Amino acid sequence: MAENDLNNPEIDIPDELKQQIAVTTLDRIYNWSRSNSLWPMMFGLACCAIEMICTAASRYDLSRFGMEVMRPSPRQADVMIVSGTVTKKMVPQIVRLYNQMSEPKYVIAMGACASGGGPFKEGYNVVPGVDKFIPVDVYVAGCPPTPQALLHGLITLQKKIEGEHIPDTRWYKKGEVEALPIPILGPDLMDPRHFELIREETHKPLPVVDVIIEGGETA
Amino acid sequence: MSEQTAIHPLYAQLISKFPDSVVRDDRAGFNGVVVQPLNLLEVVKELRDSLGYDYLSSVTAADDFPEERLEVIYHLFKSVGGAPAVIKVFLGREEPVVPSLTPMYPGAELQEREVWDLYGIRFANHPDLRRILLWEGFQGFPLRKDWKEPLYEEDVKPFKSRWPEGKGERKELLNPYKDNVQYPREFEPSTVSGDVDQAMYKSLEYSDDPNSRVIKTDQLVVNLGPQHPSTHGVFRMAVVLEGETIVNLKPVVGYLHRNHEKIGERNTWLQNMPYTDRLDYLAPMSNNFGYAITVEKLMGIVPTERAEYIRVMMAELTRIASHTMTTGFLLNDLGAYFTPALYALEERELILDVFEEVAGSRMMVNYFRFGGVVRDVSPEVLKKIKHLVYNRLPRKIDELDKYISANEIVRTRCEGVGVLTADDAIAFSTTGPNLRASGVPYDIRRADPYSIYESLDFDVCTHDHGDVYDRYRVRIDEIRQSIRILKQVLDRIPEGPIMAGKPQYATKVPAGEAYGRVEGPRGELGFYVVSDGKPNPKRYHVRAPSFINLTSLAQMCKGAKVADAVTILGAVDIVLGEVDR
Amino acid sequence: MNGFGILKGLWITLRHFFDTYLSEFGRNRKKLPLDDQRGMVNSPGLFTIQYPEEVLAAPEEFRVIPFLVYEAGDYDQRKYRCTSCGICAKVCPTQCIYITRKKDAETGKPIPSPEEFYIDTDKCMNCGFCAEFCPFDAIKMNHDFELATYERGETHIFNKEKLGKPVEYYAKIRPVNYALEVAEKAEKAEKSTAA
Repeated sequence: MAENDLNNPEIDIPDELKQQIAVTTLDRIYNWSRSNSLWPMMFGLACCAIEMICTAASRYDLSRFGMEVMRPSPRQADVMIVSGTVTKKMVPQIVRLYNQMSEPKYVIAMGACASGGGPFKEGYNVVPGVDKFIPVDVYVAGCPPTPQALLHGLITLQKKIEGEHIPDTRWYKKGEVEALPIPILGPDLMDPRHFELIREETHKPLPVVDVIIEGGETA
Repeated sequence: MSEQTAIHPLYAQLISKFPDSVVRDDRAGFNGVVVQPLNLLEVVKELRDSLGYDYLSSVTAADDFPEERLEVIYHLFKSVGGAPAVIKVFLGREEPVVPSLTPMYPGAELQEREVWDLYGIRFANHPDLRRILLWEGFQGFPLRKDWKEPLYEEDVKPFKSRWPEGKGERKELLNPYKDNVQYPREFEPSTVSGDVDQAMYKSLEYSDDPNSRVIKTDQLVVNLGPQHPSTHGVFRMAVVLEGETIVNLKPVVGYLHRNHEKIGERNTWLQNMPYTDRLDYLAPMSNNFGYAITVEKLMGIVPTERAEYIRVMMAELTRIASHTMTTGFLLNDLGAYFTPALYALEERELILDVFEEVAGSRMMVNYFRFGGVVRDVSPEVLKKIKHLVYNRLPRKIDELDKYISANEIVRTRCEGVGVLTADDAIAFSTTGPNLRASGVPYDIRRADPYSIYESLDFDVCTHDHGDVYDRYRVRIDEIRQSIRILKQVLDRIPEGPIMAGKPQYATKVPAGEAYGRVEGPRGELGFYVVSDGKPNPKRYHVRAPSFINLTSLAQMCKGAKVADAVTILGAVDIVLGEVDR
Repeated sequence: MNGFGILKGLWITLRHFFDTYLSEFGRNRKKLPLDDQRGMVNSPGLFTIQYPEEVLAAPEEFRVIPFLVYEAGDYDQRKYRCTSCGICAKVCPTQCIYITRKKDAETGKPIPSPEEFYIDTDKCMNCGFCAEFCPFDAIKMNHDFELATYERGETHIFNKEKLGKPVEYYAKIRPVNYALEVAEKAEKAEKSTAA
């Protein structure tokens, strides 16, 4: 345990006791323990998943951070590493998995694809960033990020967790947190939050372009 | 390709046998014959039964837009080796129908579904023609040239908006929905249920007769995946169970469909190279290899000698890395949680270190260029590879072999499980270690040699039982053969240039078509490219081995237990980047 | 004998576990230098890299996001080597490079220098084509992989300021390439003076 992580510097500790006791706030010890036992979900999408496996393997060794417990079940996981291209066909499942994770939950968008579509963004079946559907805490750049880059992302997430306060955390607030709406596969991917917009846009009169009107007349 | 006047005797034979329905494809740079759709079945039957073309490798289509024509292209091979027979069928764009080859070659099943999905070509008498990579209800057939995706900018790259007036904006924010989506006119979103699996469940056959069953229970459908640790990514199997026995199984794929081919047809020839890395991301060097030799075939250039040796060296290293990983994860699937995979990953890391040094990236190497490779291999790296090949890898492979092969749990779980006979394996177009484990000595490095493999000394590894254990054995044997190849390559590698000609970003590719294939770690990796002389390919198709290996999954799993299905899938060794493309 | 296989398997794991400790004692509990851990010629196996404290040495050709090379001008001005010829934007497979060419304010004629240079790191596939085909050695691939952020809307499109790195930095991370380049330039200069 790093001393300055946990010890509260505002209280003087006599020198002879420095090795024996630690004075801390509830926030700090709570965040410290949480951030050092993040269990990722065993959830691989694409190429980045292989780098995620390598991160968990002996050379980079996630267990140094207390993260080696890869849980296949979302209900036991704390952090979802979205490792790879998110396709339209897959995104309903991802949102469903996110909804099934219990609070506190964090999301890491690993790699260019998960962050913003990546090299495949122009494709017709690719979601330009998983943050269109679920809240993302940390974005890790790279295509694919090397295991060390993923570790840096996880450390960045730990820092974020260490800065949280118990009173304003999401999962201690009153009332239920609404589950995220699950996207629907129709003629294209539909976000239920955008139904009104879709209706509006598709019923808009066509922009007046001469070519289209001429084509309509001849047909 | 240049001798347009000479006709292959096979095609001459076909034309003389079917003078009314078969004509030669006489476009410049193209080969093969064009068959009338109605006569396709008899021509293919002749090819299979009399001429020995028993292996249907690839089924794909192309769009000749703006001509009002679609093509279906078949590549058939003999399972004893040799060059392909190329058969084409021309169809109109409206309601195209062609007879399905599934009754003759069951291996065509998934490929024909893919063509239907992406081109809208209907295959008559196909047992289960549904969308495969996209979902039921998707609007349009995306690989047709006149279909435009929501973030469409221009027909071909480079896009003009990037330079000299590049703005650095995100394209999706210009879309009214701030997303990569588009909808038909006057669309009412609440009319869509979103239940896209109905047709799939309907196609799973149940038997309703309770007396036919061993256990008197209902049959039930279980979905394994797409998020399941045993499915190696986002693969999904819908399994009909009776007790614990699998009665029927359907693979459901497309969860990683990244539109590789559509993007590939926008890219310039060279720009496709880094995209191929992301196909089979466990063996990027093989993918580079396949694409490079295909385009070189079309361009008519030959890489320099040193480049050929470097290429083979990298391809064999990638094979070792991939096979060790597969072996490790097969054990993972058997329940030896992660430990064997960790041991296997160690060797892979060392090979990746080599890649990182020569190519700059661990996985996405982007190392091959048309006519050579991008960077020379330094003496230090050669020393490292030598150390790996002579000292470390043989020892580690022997160790792995010793740990696993005689282990009684491995043997009881693997022997006799997921059997595929040699005839079935050929009929299902299985490739790679899976085919060789069934006793068919078909390895493209020998059957249709490319690069310098003809001059190298190695064996084609086969085993006879066609079960999971033999698939594992074939992989271990192949690693040993790869080490053998690497030793020869390291001994003989000549000095010299690594590129034929100057490196260029604008590649001139003459019009024509080419089908190139390499023996990747998962089997025959084929690339079918069509050029019309422009800087971008007109058609770019990847014949993905692990996608086609999935065709026989149901056959292998029927009658097995659920736990065995996981093992069988692990031994088939799929990589989703390649399955879904 | 049934059940023996399980014991054997456990024994393998146990031996590996002890081996890691024994090999440490064998070397007097001294850790190998980082280069050797990677080079593995002298080491019995792989070692865990204690990442935030020690970083695996990146090989010279390692590539993440590209950067723009500039030379120091007067008054701390950055003299970018880039001439905004647009080759990198044309060769980029994902089309993630956006260049605005500088124009003369009066005549409107283009000046060989970039007004703005953007790279959308959410699209960049780190392929290295831009660096490979740049005729002016103006764009190179960076080794810095520590790019995790909490937000992407503003930060993930790198502009000219963020992409710029001094030429010394380039010399530091790619010494071999830099030396080659300097030698090549000297040769060229010699030729031109001889002519």
